[in-house]
Amino acid sequence: MAGPWQGARVLAVRDEAPRVKTFRLALDDPTGHRAGQHYVIRLTAPDGYTASRSYSVASAPDGTGEFELTVERLEDGEVSGYLHDVVEPGDELEVRGPIGGWFVWEDGPALLVGGGSGVVPLMAMLRLARATDRSHLVRLVASVRTPTDLYYAEELPGPEVTVVHSRIAPPGSTRPVGRIQADDLAPAAPLVAEGATAYVCGSTGFADAASTLLVDVGWPVERIRVERFGATG
Amino acid sequence: MATRGFFGRDRGERDERLPPGQYDTGNSWPVLTAEVTPTLATDTWTFRIDGAVDRPTTWTWDELRALPESVYEGAIHCVTTWSKFDMTWRGVSVDTLLEAVGPQASAQYAVVLCHTAYTTNLPLTDLTGGKAWVAWEADGEPLDRQHGGPARLLVPHLYFWKSAKFVAGLQLIDHDEPGFWERNGYHDRGDPWLEQRYQGD
Repeated sequence: MAGPWQGARVLAVRDEAPRVKTFRLALDDPTGHRAGQHYVIRLTAPDGYTASRSYSVASAPDGTGEFELTVERLEDGEVSGYLHDVVEPGDELEVRGPIGGWFVWEDGPALLVGGGSGVVPLMAMLRLARATDRSHLVRLVASVRTPTDLYYAEELPGPEVTVVHSRIAPPGSTRPVGRIQADDLAPAAPLVAEGATAYVCGSTGFADAASTLLVDVGWPVERIRVERFGATG
Repeated sequence: MATRGFFGRDRGERDERLPPGQYDTGNSWPVLTAEVTPTLATDTWTFRIDGAVDRPTTWTWDELRALPESVYEGAIHCVTTWSKFDMTWRGVSVDTLLEAVGPQASAQYAVVLCHTAYTTNLPLTDLTGGKAWVAWEADGEPLDRQHGGPARLLVPHLYFWKSAKFVAGLQLIDHDEPGFWERNGYHDRGDPWLEQRYQGD
């Protein structure tokens, strides 16, 4: 249930990667979210004009009514540009949510495959798994262009995480740079037999490439959930 | 309540064709799906209407394409807040298909079935009266798979998740049966002019 529009206070803003910021928000009326859900932010101009966009929650549900949205600043992004350039702690934003009941992880084995900003809802799932001592249930494969484009760089790496680089790899990397390929998903192969669900999130191109790879390595189509991020500012 | 320091992008007169909360996506056509995009061959593709009808019917691709073509010219509106104007769609009117199957008096709602696991639900009145199509062409091009090809349902007066991609058929029933997004928090009807985005709107 999306619930009504409500005020959310901005508690903190931090840089996550170039052109990427995370906003920590607190709701007056905490509703709690599930890992993978999103909120809509609505901005209102003095003349009543509004612009709304959806942003995935990056934080795990923690029962506090606080949550974090990670926002990439898009070229010409009417909402993302405002959030990046203007918003500071203490501001109030109008939000609605949490929304979505499909791209949600709560239990069971899962493979998380994210491209670029597509890692955001998957991070909520990874954080939830780690916070509840269930990280053995999940594997995350994150694809980024270069090492500096990796979100949550301090926190993300771990035994259940693989990072692949499409343009520039870090020094000492043995994997040639390039788009995600079947080998990158090999560590997740045992998950298929365990009945795992795959969660794929990213641009249309990435989501298509990654979900096709999964089908090619034998992943059942009905156990692949996809979320695509359009460049909709 | 105005948002501190937000003025919005430069804008002239608001386009009256734009429903509340929507923006004009211009030439772009964003793609949103929840499932793996299938590749469907037209030689095995079928479309079926059954349930509360006198003559349950299955059409092959060639049989469907042989039906009288009907055109929709106008806008589409996605619940994620983009609208796209001045599109030209070609397909067959759902009225034509329903005429062939003969809906019974109890047929008040439709469950839309797809060649994937996706479903959506509609009152039958939203599919009749020249308001809905099974469409195979958009803006002069065969509908590609990213946009639901070879054919998708087209119900442009409602948010576009009702216009199910990879449509496989309609099941007519006597009650409303929530579909994929409707079970996951989205509105049962989805009228963009009433901003029926989520359950409870």
